[in-house]
Amino acid sequence: MTEFEMKLKQVTKAVSRGKLSRRDFMSYAMSIGITAAAANTMFATAARAEPKKGGIFKYGSGHGSTTDSLDPATWTNGFNFQFGKSVMGAPLTQLNPKGEVTMHVAESFEPSDGGKKWIIKLRKGITFHNGKTLDASDVVATINYHIGPDSKSPAKEYLPGVTSVKADGPDTVIIELSSGNVDLPYGFTDYHLSMYPATDGKIEWEKGIGCGPYVLKSYEPGVKLVGERNPNYFADTWFDGIEMITISDVAARTNAYLSGEVHFIDRADLKTIDMLKSAPNTEIYNQSGPTPYTAPMLCDAAPFDNPAVRKAIKYAINRQELVDKVLYGYGKVGNDNPIGSQMKYAIDPQPQHTYDPEKAKAILKEAGIENLKVDFSCPPNAAYPGALDAALLMQESAKAAGIEINVIREPDDGYWSNVWLKKPWSMCYWGGRPTVDTMLSISLAADAPWNDTHFKSPRFNELLVQARSELDETKRAAMYAECQQIVHDDGGQIVLMFYNFVGALNTAVAHGELNSDQDSDGGYMVERWWMA
Amino acid sequence: MHPVLRTVLQRLGLGIVTLLAVSVIIFSSLEMLPGGYAENVLGQSATPETVAAFKRDLGLDRPATVRYFEWIGNALQGDFGSSYSGLSGSMKRDVSATIAPRLYNTFFLAAMAALIAVPLSLLLGAMAALYRNSWFDRIVNSVTLTTIAMPEFFIAYILVYVFAVKLKLFYPNSTVSIGTPFVEHLYRAALPAITMTLVIIAHMMRMTRAAIINLLASPYIEMAQLKGVSKSDVIRQHALPNAWAPIATVIAFNLAYLVVGVVVVEVVFVYPGIGQLMVDAVSSRDMPVVQACALIFAATYILLNLLADVVSIVTNPRLLHPK
Amino acid sequence: MNTATTPVRTIKARRSVFENIRRNLKTAPLTAWFGMIVILLYAICAIFAPLLAPYGESEIVGKAYQLSSAENWLGTDQIGRDTLSRLIFGARNTIGIALITTLLSFLIGGSLGVLAALKRGLLDQGISRVVDAFLAIPVLIFALMMLAVVGKSLINLIIILALLDATRVFRLSRAVALNSVVMDYVESAKLRGEGMGWIVFKEIVPNILPPLITEFGLRFCFVFLTISALSFLGVGIQPPTADWGSMVAESKSLISFGRPAPLYPAAAIALLTVAVNFVVDWFLHKTSGLRDGH
Repeated sequence: MTEFEMKLKQVTKAVSRGKLSRRDFMSYAMSIGITAAAANTMFATAARAEPKKGGIFKYGSGHGSTTDSLDPATWTNGFNFQFGKSVMGAPLTQLNPKGEVTMHVAESFEPSDGGKKWIIKLRKGITFHNGKTLDASDVVATINYHIGPDSKSPAKEYLPGVTSVKADGPDTVIIELSSGNVDLPYGFTDYHLSMYPATDGKIEWEKGIGCGPYVLKSYEPGVKLVGERNPNYFADTWFDGIEMITISDVAARTNAYLSGEVHFIDRADLKTIDMLKSAPNTEIYNQSGPTPYTAPMLCDAAPFDNPAVRKAIKYAINRQELVDKVLYGYGKVGNDNPIGSQMKYAIDPQPQHTYDPEKAKAILKEAGIENLKVDFSCPPNAAYPGALDAALLMQESAKAAGIEINVIREPDDGYWSNVWLKKPWSMCYWGGRPTVDTMLSISLAADAPWNDTHFKSPRFNELLVQARSELDETKRAAMYAECQQIVHDDGGQIVLMFYNFVGALNTAVAHGELNSDQDSDGGYMVERWWMA
Repeated sequence: MHPVLRTVLQRLGLGIVTLLAVSVIIFSSLEMLPGGYAENVLGQSATPETVAAFKRDLGLDRPATVRYFEWIGNALQGDFGSSYSGLSGSMKRDVSATIAPRLYNTFFLAAMAALIAVPLSLLLGAMAALYRNSWFDRIVNSVTLTTIAMPEFFIAYILVYVFAVKLKLFYPNSTVSIGTPFVEHLYRAALPAITMTLVIIAHMMRMTRAAIINLLASPYIEMAQLKGVSKSDVIRQHALPNAWAPIATVIAFNLAYLVVGVVVVEVVFVYPGIGQLMVDAVSSRDMPVVQACALIFAATYILLNLLADVVSIVTNPRLLHPK
Repeated sequence: MNTATTPVRTIKARRSVFENIRRNLKTAPLTAWFGMIVILLYAICAIFAPLLAPYGESEIVGKAYQLSSAENWLGTDQIGRDTLSRLIFGARNTIGIALITTLLSFLIGGSLGVLAALKRGLLDQGISRVVDAFLAIPVLIFALMMLAVVGKSLINLIIILALLDATRVFRLSRAVALNSVVMDYVESAKLRGEGMGWIVFKEIVPNILPPLITEFGLRFCFVFLTISALSFLGVGIQPPTADWGSMVAESKSLISFGRPAPLYPAAAIALLTVAVNFVVDWFLHKTSGLRDGH
């Protein structure tokens, strides 16, 4: 760091602690050769940098439905996933902006026996909103609620192979697994797994009482949630209160933002984002997510059972065009690796699958295939907004490679139960998962219920199981790298693109470094952001 | 028996038949829709096992006829069941409790819009008939036609843009809760009420005008004019009483629209009414909630039309004393 | 000689259709002229759309959401198609769809309504019950459900909208016909032993036409609005077909930024609605037999 930078850092730090006035900062900044406009921006940024308590944060969400409930096992959307992450709930662990796991309700996770047995120590002195002290029995009941045989909770997938959950005194929980899982602490960052008070081994979620940063004041599903800061919260949180409002219509959401009714909206309208950008006091929230839009081909259905066909199609799609036209540039091209580049152990497999119709032609010719015609089942929006547009663009680009794609328009209603997993080639998306292991296990493992490509590579499955209990970081990284390479080369999953989480944030609200694993700062928005 | 009373009783009886028919239509439409409740709630994450578990819990694994008759049996006893969305846990979400606050909001907004729109459209319609083909007539006609010809969300967005985003006189969204005070509720619901007034006023005003003009050619009106009765008295005392039948029909239709047709306005203003609830319930196939909403809509419609028919009979002596 | 009888004959003879139109047009008020000229212009747009439009219906000519320029007079839409061209092509689709739907609904609803009013009794009760049940279900939500069941094609859309609209037309035509059938002229026609068709077309229809025509004018325009609302809820006419209702729905979010794009298709709908109803008003005035020239 140069001397200039050092000095600048010192003064901005002074500003952020409120020790330096705007006038003093400006005169200093201009004396070292920074223009007035730039200095002004720097002051504003610096003054927002230090978190402080106060204010009511209002959030306009594009998610939430009247059929939602407080039952954590039913949470699936972008509104209620925040309940468990940082509204009423608090899970055992959290993710930091780098994607690493940090302790939260738990104080420590100790593995033994190759990850087959875990001893979890709980943080002492945590109380629920009703005053009850959290102990190991609550944690055991919460976990059992999700993994029990009658449970419909999606949290099951994050805790594979758990055979027993036992309390050992008030502050210790012991978990045993059928096979080793080094990633168990990551699994516990899942929003379904926030802790609830229990009596006689049964948790009570009905009143929304948890041990998280906000006490539930009122909740009308599909309308509004009002929360008040939990004065006894065991970690830091800044807002005095929060209001989360469901505004499903994007234009209404934009209006609510423009008129100052809410501080933050998610799912901004990409078509008008340039106009939104120039609204006063606006910061565009733009985080590239680990959520791929995919076009899965069934590897055991003709003609996709021929690896040459799969490879040729991968080269016959103009992914850059998809990102530009379907995501309006707010996204990243896919390279047939479902693991987002921001995740731990992610690699960028080579060769890059870019648009190369000549190469696609050559591959087909070599395999002796002429006039390739394939059916592509696609819904207008069910898989993701603009899925049909993407399919039509793919149809155009594949023509140059001599591949005729017959796009079959499928209805949005019932798409997941009638088309996906059933038709040879369809559209799909995947939500972000905290670890490479879960991401690969749910969609590509041979016995996974959502193996939407019928991908059955023995080497891949062997590596996946080995890596799960491998404690040596380097060896583990190598195993996952090989897994990703196999999927990239042979898989039926065409990873078209990764979309960004795009929203608009009023500069009255400040934040630190952002999580990009999920929208709304990874779901930690209401806990981590503050009023500038 | 008095003919009006007889009609009312007869219509109420038929109304119940209509409600039954509506419940059958809605139930069978829901059954025909692709995908069930379990598939829709679970979406992409559905597996055959979880779908089966959901169906077992909700009793959806039984034949459709059994489920329908069970539901209708309970409904006839006043029990509309529980929303599917609460059944997966230990807490039941009573349909009546889910709907009640939404219903209040919807009727609140409908009443507000009706109180503005109905007197205004009758007045404008009568005036337009009185001064037909004058500039007043043409301007009222063009303005109301223009407002009716705009998609309602377009009018709504324009109002929001002008009054909420630019002038900041009103809230851009009308989110109200159970505890919202009456005055704030009025204030929050103002923009949606104005939107709906603009949407329905032309229809009622034009029918009033048409019905009156249609009668002005009748011999008895000419007679009254020849007698030297003033123009406004001709309309008030001679034309209007005979024009009520078509006007009442159109008013009933528009009042029903205020209750059942507002889903778009609700979406734009984020107003928690019953239309949005029903659309959400349809898309998740939450049968008890859809059925309850549909029956409420149907009952509203039936009662308003009964009222319109009673008005027609009372104002037409030929119908009141049939030969 | 025949010279004396000829003039009497010509006076007695019915005027030709052409002459009737000419005479009517001569006396047409300004508003009606305005309405007819607008409708004519729209018809020209609809028929000669490919010749008039500067670009193709779904041709991408530039960047998205451009403002007005020399190349694109009204700017471009969300994926860079020329707004003016889409408006012109939209005239064809929008008016065509609305006309077919409305005619279909009046054909079904109107004839059933008059029939029910005339026959009363079981037939009336039967149709009224069925219609009541369908009427009692919110049209938008029911259309949404039906489109999900039968699939979102244009033909399905027209049929569903026409059938749902027909229930409303039935209700009105029955109400006005009911008022008319108890009139003395219908009674006397029945006593004279006139046939059913004669009574309907000579006695009832002319007397119930004015409110029905008014309704037609509005219903015709409601079709755009329903399609527009369906597009708003995500199931209208499927792209790339240009249709004014969907065009408003697609560009709705621009209103928040004060941009005029959604105004053009909305104004096109509004102008047509006003024009159609001006002509309807004139017709209404003529059929009402009012002679005062106010």
